[in-house]
Amino acid sequence: MQASPFNSMRLFDSEPLQLDGGAVLSPVDVAYETYGTLASDGSNAILICHALTGDQYVASPHPTTGKPGWWSRIVGPGKLIDTDRYYVVCSNVLGSCLGTTGPASLEPETGEPWGTRFPVITIRDMVRVQNELVGALGIKKLLMVIGGSMGGMQVLEWLTTFPEKLHSACVLASAAKHTAQNIAFHEVGRQAVMADPKWQQGRYYDGDTAPSKGLAVARMTAHITYLSEDALTQKFGRNLQERDAVTFGFDADFQVESYLRHQGSTFVDRFDANSYLYITRAMDYLDIPGRHDGRLADAFLGARHVRCCVISFTSDWLYPTIENKRVVHALNAAGVPVSFAEIETSFGHDSFLLDIPEMDRMLEGFLATATETYAAEQSA
Amino acid sequence: MTSTADIRPDLKLIADLVEPNTRVLDIGCADGELLAYLVANKQVDGRGIEISQDGVNQCVARGLSVIQGDADNDLAEYPDQSFDMVVLSRTLQAVHQPRNVLLELLRIGRRVIVTIPNFGQWHVRLNLLTRGRMPVTKALNRTWYNTDNIHFCTILDLHDLIEAEGIQLLDFVPHQKSGKRLNMGLSRANLFADQALFLLESKN
Repeated sequence: MQASPFNSMRLFDSEPLQLDGGAVLSPVDVAYETYGTLASDGSNAILICHALTGDQYVASPHPTTGKPGWWSRIVGPGKLIDTDRYYVVCSNVLGSCLGTTGPASLEPETGEPWGTRFPVITIRDMVRVQNELVGALGIKKLLMVIGGSMGGMQVLEWLTTFPEKLHSACVLASAAKHTAQNIAFHEVGRQAVMADPKWQQGRYYDGDTAPSKGLAVARMTAHITYLSEDALTQKFGRNLQERDAVTFGFDADFQVESYLRHQGSTFVDRFDANSYLYITRAMDYLDIPGRHDGRLADAFLGARHVRCCVISFTSDWLYPTIENKRVVHALNAAGVPVSFAEIETSFGHDSFLLDIPEMDRMLEGFLATATETYAAEQSA
Repeated sequence: MTSTADIRPDLKLIADLVEPNTRVLDIGCADGELLAYLVANKQVDGRGIEISQDGVNQCVARGLSVIQGDADNDLAEYPDQSFDMVVLSRTLQAVHQPRNVLLELLRIGRRVIVTIPNFGQWHVRLNLLTRGRMPVTKALNRTWYNTDNIHFCTILDLHDLIEAEGIQLLDFVPHQKSGKRLNMGLSRANLFADQALFLLESKN
């Protein structure tokens, strides 16, 4: 077996991980990155949760693509989340493919890749693994847990499941449940993967036969939902791709087609098709209010001491303001201190990853006062 | 963080009516001046609602819990009697449904403070009488087409609504924009006061 190229920790070795779906997993390998140094009193730890196809490389280059960390705009030395001051942890989620146990990992009993024998997981299962990692890293309480999109869903599950381990929590462009439309888009993506003959019921790991065409189509569809009509119009309009007139054929005549094809084809180099099935399923199964007879506020009753911040974006139609506001109202009704803003942008769901000065100002103020109040609480 | 020792005099009138260690909701809390003062000096559990991004950011930077929203749309989600005091300062005239908002405030809060700019003040009356145009005064400083104030009322108008809805009026504090209290009854205050504070409670 090759040495792992990832920082990795083996967890749930003696005590297996109990999954929401009823199955158990043991052991679970977690790939993670840390930045900065944990303070001696442990008061400066921030956990960043990544989105569906994200990874642990929040502030360092991706090993496959070489691209800068996905949130290196705000995480790093001297940046908004200043790694000279804070100890930042980001781990690859359960079910993913960047070193954490997932469908491409080897099943202990057979020594073969799990494929679709891998148990179906939930967002809360991902958070259980993160909680174990955080404890193993010597962190008793997180100064902040923060994430956007699926990362925000993990933050919400932290609030429902391990609120005592949190001082503050920040949710960007997210939701407490997947709507019919959210599920519908994911189903299109999964069907694209499974319709690719190379998928072979998920048993494609031996040899060079991955269902790349299907996964690329899934990514293309999903990518549209991360943008907005405005953003697409501004960026591409009806511009043609390196030609003066349409060709009356099915080449990528339009720039937007060429762009999407590129998004699809580069995605398959860094992501496993089965992981895509499992993680989209985990998101579809998210229904925090459903676990509480529709009363989302009841889910947050244990989190009254956690300072919360929720941010939505006007042009986000994937997890629109109304879904974020449901979370805000529930937190409020549960007596959790929460701040909320809907920030004006035209870039769609992906806004949380972009340079939005109003978002930065809000995050900056929130992190500064969270740090202050945590210090005051510890010295009290 | 800005000093929380001094606040705008008209906000001080409100702050003086808030009991220590209570839950307070400030609707239209702007930059959070009143809330920050109450948190620092009366140890309240303070929450705010503010429409502007700039206001929300200033509040968050002060460590306050503030939600971007407005009185017309965001009150329904709050549970009954979830606050000891709900404050609506110089905002009632800017909402779409003042009566609904007033009733919502009393549903959410055990007690309610409403302050309004007084459209019955003599400057305003004289202004309309002599110029024949919608008054623009120091207290009401926008022209009719760009003012946020869409439901002007006088002290007597609001008092009528309070009586008609069977709401208990616990205190009435007419005052100038400077915060100076005026010691006078409803009718005289309606002629002389720039603004007025009403402390309210549900009858049941």
